[in-house]
Amino acid sequence: MGTIEPSIRSRPVYGTLAPTAAAAHLCIADAAGAAALLDLFAAAPAGFADAAEICYVPGEPDQSAALQALGAARFHESPSVFALLPRLARQFERMSMGTQVYLAGSESLIGLAMMTGMRAGLDYQAMQTEHRGTLARRVQCVHCKGVTERVTTQPVECAHCGLLLLVRDHYSRRHAAFQGVNINAEDPSENPPMEEVFR
Amino acid sequence: MATPATALPFRDETFRDDFTFRNSPQTVRRAPFPFDKDSYMYAVNMELHRDGRPDTAFEHPIDVDEHYVAEMRDRALVLDEDPLRCQSLPHMELAGWDTLELLMTSKAASYPEWFSLSRDGNAWHWINRPMGIEQRFTFGDATTLPYGPLEYITRQAQGDFCVLDERQGNLWMDAGMVTTQADWSLDFDIGMNFFEWHAPVPLAHELGIFERALKYLLAVQQANPARRLNWTMTVNPRLDTSPENYHRWGPENTHITAENVADKLFLRIELQSFWRLPRSNAILFPIRCYFLSMRDLTTVPKWSARMHRVLRSLPPELATYKGLDNFRDIAIDYLAGFDDGRATSEGAFPD
Amino acid sequence: MSLHAGIDVEVTDVVELNALVKRFHFARPDGQPLPAFSGGSHIVIEMQDGTLRRRTPYSLSSSPFDTRDYQVSIRRDDQGRGGSLYMHRGVVAGTRMRISPPANLFPLDQRAPRHLMLAGGIGITPFMAQTAQLALTGGECELHYGVRNRSLGAYLDELSARLGPRLHVYEDEAGERMDLDRLLSSQPTGTHLYVCGPTPMIEAVLAKAAKHAWPAAHLHYEHFAKAPPGEPFTVRLQASDRTVEVGAEQSMLEAIEAAGVEAPYLCRGGACGQCETRVLSLEGELLHADHWLDEKERAAGEKIMPCVSRCRGTVVLER
Repeated sequence: MGTIEPSIRSRPVYGTLAPTAAAAHLCIADAAGAAALLDLFAAAPAGFADAAEICYVPGEPDQSAALQALGAARFHESPSVFALLPRLARQFERMSMGTQVYLAGSESLIGLAMMTGMRAGLDYQAMQTEHRGTLARRVQCVHCKGVTERVTTQPVECAHCGLLLLVRDHYSRRHAAFQGVNINAEDPSENPPMEEVFR
Repeated sequence: MATPATALPFRDETFRDDFTFRNSPQTVRRAPFPFDKDSYMYAVNMELHRDGRPDTAFEHPIDVDEHYVAEMRDRALVLDEDPLRCQSLPHMELAGWDTLELLMTSKAASYPEWFSLSRDGNAWHWINRPMGIEQRFTFGDATTLPYGPLEYITRQAQGDFCVLDERQGNLWMDAGMVTTQADWSLDFDIGMNFFEWHAPVPLAHELGIFERALKYLLAVQQANPARRLNWTMTVNPRLDTSPENYHRWGPENTHITAENVADKLFLRIELQSFWRLPRSNAILFPIRCYFLSMRDLTTVPKWSARMHRVLRSLPPELATYKGLDNFRDIAIDYLAGFDDGRATSEGAFPD
Repeated sequence: MSLHAGIDVEVTDVVELNALVKRFHFARPDGQPLPAFSGGSHIVIEMQDGTLRRRTPYSLSSSPFDTRDYQVSIRRDDQGRGGSLYMHRGVVAGTRMRISPPANLFPLDQRAPRHLMLAGGIGITPFMAQTAQLALTGGECELHYGVRNRSLGAYLDELSARLGPRLHVYEDEAGERMDLDRLLSSQPTGTHLYVCGPTPMIEAVLAKAAKHAWPAAHLHYEHFAKAPPGEPFTVRLQASDRTVEVGAEQSMLEAIEAAGVEAPYLCRGGACGQCETRVLSLEGELLHADHWLDEKERAAGEKIMPCVSRCRGTVVLER
């Protein structure tokens, strides 16, 4: 899967997960993000797993078994990111300051989990992030405000209003999405070819 | 009680559909022409906002002109269609009250014939004659106003208003009324910091423009506002050139011809100012928009000559970012006819 | 910004709070209210001490929403440059002075559902204004206040009335200490922490907070760093073509201003970065006393913060 190229200042930049001496650890991942969690636990001191909770959304790949084998205090598997979010919101509410949050996997997983943490009052800089796996994007159509999921092409047709959208690198943490703007507004008969660029 | 708007010097005009907007000659001459020399490049062109020069847009801290009533009518139409153009994150209510106080006191002080504000503790009484508004309310209690404080007062003030929360040595766009913008979305950008919302601007980041601008803005103090000018060009005097409606106004960009450029292509000047708000410590960032058609420019020879030279020498990335590619050459050809090649005088004011 | 609008005020009251702290009240001579401000703001008070013109920052301890007067609470410091001594000894009701408008480098994070405040000694002053503000605007807060002993703890009665059980007082001489481990591990998500007091206290709190993995974005602190006195030295101002002698009790910034050169500043306490000035050359040693430059920058010797830092010998600045 692709690496993220440097881009404009609003395009998110991700890091590498590193264990902290926090009293508790909340670890969220999807698909290939599991490998980042495996690396994290391998680098962590003794006792880390006992204080850790893992929430995982399996995909391509499904590394559920490997994550369960880490022996974290709690392990939960959700069938999708959207199924995970309400549970996550509650988790953010009940934890205390001094819990370290780790988000790993696709940009959509990271963005939606981060958005949930922000709504609970946690500053976005408090949450560690690591990108692994697909570069597929969530794209908010600036015209109808609908979000199109799992966008891999440039341009993309808005799943809500049908306009053909240029997928920009301009990103909103609040929407956990990249911005889509009508690409052929000046000449609607223009039909630029769709290329798969976000894999 | 309120004097009907028709008895006051405010135009009845539109900024959409039939575009009946026109500048009277005095309005043209008082516009804040943004070019003080014959070429343009980004700069941290901040200065203090205080000179009070008569017969210019700088005369009063918050400027009201002949387009006031019509602009507010257009704003109301935009908001009816899309309420997301005015948003305020939950922690910005106090900044909204600060903004209401600043705009009401400024307008009442500058234009006592049109606005008045009387205050008895928190019991305030506001009169806006041009818009036929009279409102008694309790300062600090949003239940006594028909809208939240930011929306209430900015429905009565020309230009867009961004309210920036100051945190962690940065500024965050956490509230705004944005209906007259040159192509950016409040709904998308709200919550971003200074560098993030400026991310799409080419070239400027490498020049360190935003680092220096931010340092300047963090030092803006109460009662000592700053300002700068920005500019672009728009086809038709359309205030709502939002990305939200781009699929509606975008096609107009290809409609400029040599025959219509004089009256259909406009220089769009943004007078931006920066005010420290007292209770919230936020920065109020008004963006006030002035339109001058190419024909309007030719009534001030210095300005049409200079506009010609600026367009001719503009770096291509800048022209593309500002959306000028469709009509730049047509504008250059038209303005060339008004440029005698002689040196233009210093500064931006008309001769 | 170098152009600072000043406000002419009259001292309307001087109240001795205890053996060390006096509260000064400033009002406009015409009786009009002073500008509203945000809790945590400071003003810079101009003092003409003989030939020496000082400008010293002090936090406003009064309510931001009742600006019939401004109040600052100043602890007498016998080892300092003399600003607090000047105020304590020479300023009485009726004195006319000039102050800057309020500026805030220690604001509340308005997104926070809860504010945890840790105060040490005279560091209580910004929290006086902030708790008054929160009492009116709403917002959960808890204040932990370390004092040497109860007689030297300013504002204990007012804070007790304002906060009730949300106030916790620790008497140093009685051996009472804040239990930082307990405090830092028991705060709900979204809590922001604020600490103001002596530098060792701030450093201890921040170190503990790091150990408990509190994110930096949720930590706020204000040093009450005043420019320390020192040996006289020479400053050459290259752009202004002036040479300035900095006296023992004068800050570099004050000396530059006394020479008629306008220099930008905001906090005058070495924290905000606005007065950062390039060092062109040096004969001697830079004595950094700020909280702005990092280790690398200090070592590189190319920048200095004239509001609090000094030098041994002669330094040439870009100003």
